[in-house]
Amino acid sequence: MRAYHWLAAILAAGVAGGSAAAQTIYPIDRAEILEGSRFDFKVEFPNAPTSADVNVTINGKPAAEVLGRPTNFIQSEEGQKHSALWLRGASLPAGRYVVEATQGDNKATVNWDVFATAQPRRAKNVILFIGDGMSVANRTAARILSKGWKEGKYDGELAMDDMPNMALISTSGTDSIVTDSANSASAYTTGHKSCVNALGIYCAKNALTLDHPKVETISEIIKRHRTGMAIGVVTNSEIEDATPASMIAHTRRRSDYNDIVKMFFDVKPDVIMGGGSPNFLPKSTPGTKRTDDLDFIAKFKEAGYTLATTKTEMNAAVTGGAKKLLGLYNTSNIDGAFDLRLAKKGSIAKFPDQPDVVEQTKAAIEMLKGAEDGFFLMVESARIDKYSHSLDWERSVFDTIMLDNAVKVAKDFAGERNDTLIIVVPDHAHAVSIIGTYDDDRPGQLLRDKLGTYADSVPPNYGPRDADGYPTKVDTSRRLAVVYGSYPDTCDTGRPAMDGERVPAVKGPDGKTNIANEKDCTGPLATRKTGNLPFDANSGVHSADDVILTAMGPGAEKFRGHKPNTYVFRVMAEALALGGK
Amino acid sequence: MRRRSPIATITRREAVLGLAAVGLFDRAAMAADTETIAFDGLYKSFGVLGFEFSDRVTALRGKAVRMVGYMAPPLKPESHFFVLTREPLAICPFCQSDADWPVDIVVVFMKNETAMVSAGRKVVVTGRLEIGSATDAETGFVSQIRIADAGFSLA
Repeated sequence: MRAYHWLAAILAAGVAGGSAAAQTIYPIDRAEILEGSRFDFKVEFPNAPTSADVNVTINGKPAAEVLGRPTNFIQSEEGQKHSALWLRGASLPAGRYVVEATQGDNKATVNWDVFATAQPRRAKNVILFIGDGMSVANRTAARILSKGWKEGKYDGELAMDDMPNMALISTSGTDSIVTDSANSASAYTTGHKSCVNALGIYCAKNALTLDHPKVETISEIIKRHRTGMAIGVVTNSEIEDATPASMIAHTRRRSDYNDIVKMFFDVKPDVIMGGGSPNFLPKSTPGTKRTDDLDFIAKFKEAGYTLATTKTEMNAAVTGGAKKLLGLYNTSNIDGAFDLRLAKKGSIAKFPDQPDVVEQTKAAIEMLKGAEDGFFLMVESARIDKYSHSLDWERSVFDTIMLDNAVKVAKDFAGERNDTLIIVVPDHAHAVSIIGTYDDDRPGQLLRDKLGTYADSVPPNYGPRDADGYPTKVDTSRRLAVVYGSYPDTCDTGRPAMDGERVPAVKGPDGKTNIANEKDCTGPLATRKTGNLPFDANSGVHSADDVILTAMGPGAEKFRGHKPNTYVFRVMAEALALGGK
Repeated sequence: MRRRSPIATITRREAVLGLAAVGLFDRAAMAADTETIAFDGLYKSFGVLGFEFSDRVTALRGKAVRMVGYMAPPLKPESHFFVLTREPLAICPFCQSDADWPVDIVVVFMKNETAMVSAGRKVVVTGRLEIGSATDAETGFVSQIRIADAGFSLA
C-alpha cells in the first residue's frame, strides 16, 4: 500500500512534466509518535506554489481541523524554491493517520502510528546506558580482560551480559545506512528517526540549523507533565556532544554547542555531568568557546544548581544533599579509564580529580533517587566510540569495562525493587573484531608473524586485575589481536599506546589527503597499512552493523528479536506511561 | 564562534610564498632576543571555569616570540592563518562536525598567505604575541593567544 502511494507520487510527478521532487511531509512515513507528544508538522511543496495550489488532509479532513489549530502557509520559504505549510507544536490522540499533500496532480502520502501507553505506569525509574560505538567485539574483549578466560569459558559474566532480556537493534538514519551518534541517540530519546548530525528534528529544507521541524525529547515530555520526576544526563564526553545533547536539543547541526548549552538551561535536567565547560563561560573569560557574554555557570547557579568541577566537589554535593547538580570536570572530554588508571596521559595532569563514569553514575543515582515521582537517567560511556575512531582498541575496551561497572551500580540500586527499567545499548557499531592473539614469542620479525589464529590464538597474559576488573598491565607479551575493518593510511604497532591516545593519521600537505602518522611507523613490529577509506578520512568510521541491547526490569520483556532504534524510546515511554496529555 | 563555515568567508591572499622562503625570512626578521614560549607555560592555572595567563606570557604581550607545536589540519593548502597545537590532531575540527579544538591552541596569523605543511609536522613559529579573547573578523574564530605577523619553518 505504502509502496503504491510512493510509486503513484513519482509517476504523477513525471506525468505533470515538472520537477521530479515530490512534496515532503514531516513527520515522515511510518513515523511512530507517542500520543500527546509535541511535534512540528511541516509539508514542503516544490516550485514555490501558492496556498491555493495545494491541499493537505489528515484522514481525509483538513489538516488544521484534525490538529485543532490553524496551519501557517509560507510561499517561497526563506526565498527558496519551495513553499511550506507549518503547524509547530502539534500533538495527536492515539490512532492511525494518513496524511496526504496534494499539489496539482501530485499527491504525497505518509502514514503515522500515534501510539498510546497502557496504564498503570509500570516503571518508576528508567536508567538508559548508552555505550557509544560499543560493538560486539567490545563486549567480548571487555569480558576477556575484566573477567578472565580459561578453557573456553569466561570466569565471569559482565553486568550487562547478566540481564534477562536482549534484542538486536538496527541503527540507520533517514538519510543513510551508517548513522552518527546525534542521529542515533536522537532515535532513543525521541522515538523518531532523523538524519546524520541532527538532534530532535526532521531534516527539512530550512537554512538555519535551529529552524527545522522539531520532535519532543523524553526529557521535555517528562518535564512537561511529570513535575515530580527528575532527569539526569551523565557522560564522559563534552556535555554538549551528541548523545547527552540528544536529551534536550533540537538542531540540524550537532556542533551548535553554544546553542545546546542554552537548550540544557531551557530544559533544566536535574543532574547534568560531563566535560565541555568552555561553552558555559562568557566570551571574556580566557578558555571560553562562547561567542556571547552569557555566563551559563552563573545562570545554572541562580537556578538552584550546585556546581562541581572535581570528583571531590561532586561527592561533597551528594553528601550535602544536592538535588540539582551541574558537574563539569574537564574543558574537553573527561579522560577515559585507561588514562585515569594506567597510562596517566591525556589531560590527567591538568585535571587530576575527574570522576569516572562509574563514580558519576553512583552520584547521579544518589541525587535522583529521592525524586517523589521517580527519575529518568541517561548515562553514556562516550569514549568507547572516540577511541575506536582513533583505532585505540585498548582504551575503547577499558571504557567498555567502565560502562559495565556503571551498569553494576545501577543493578545494585535496582536490586529487588522491581520498579526500575535498566537498558544497556550502543548507539551504533564500529567495524572491530578479535581475530586471535599476538604472541611476541612466535618466530619472525613482523607483526603478522606474531599473530596466532585458530589453534595458535593462545590466551593473552594481561596483568592481574584490580578490584574493579581492569587489568593492571596491558603491554604484555601475549595480547589480543583486535583489528578494525575501516582505516585511513596508518601504521599498526600491535601494542597499546602507553604514551597517549593513538593518532592513526594526520593531514597531508595538500590539506585534504590523510597520511599515516609517522610516530607509529617505527618500532619492532610497526606495520604500514594502506587505508581502505576515502583519502579524506583520518580515523576509523562507524559501521551499519546491528548492535546488542540488554535490559532488565519492568517493560524489559518487550526487548526481543530485532527492532529499530526508535523502539527503545517506545519501550521507555510505555514503561513510564508517558502517553496522553 | 565554532566552525560556522569559515571556508566561505576567508578571502584569498595575493602573495604566496614557498616554505623555504618563509623559513629564510623568519631567520632574518627575528632577532636573537626572541623569547621562546611553550604550551606548558601559556597558563598558570588551567581550570574548568577558565584559565589565567602565565606571568611570563603576560609580560611578553606584544613582543617577539618563538613557539614550537604542530600545525593543525588547515582549511586549505595555502592560507594566512593556521592553528598551532600541542599534539598532532587526529581530526580536522574545521571539516568534521563531531570534532572540536583542544582548549590550549594558539592561533597563528601569517604575514603572508603561505603553503601549509602536513598536520603531523612540528613547526617553529615566530611572530608577535597577542593575548586576550579576540574574535577573528573574517572567520569568527575565537582565540585567547595569537602569534601575529608570523612566519614558520619546519622544526
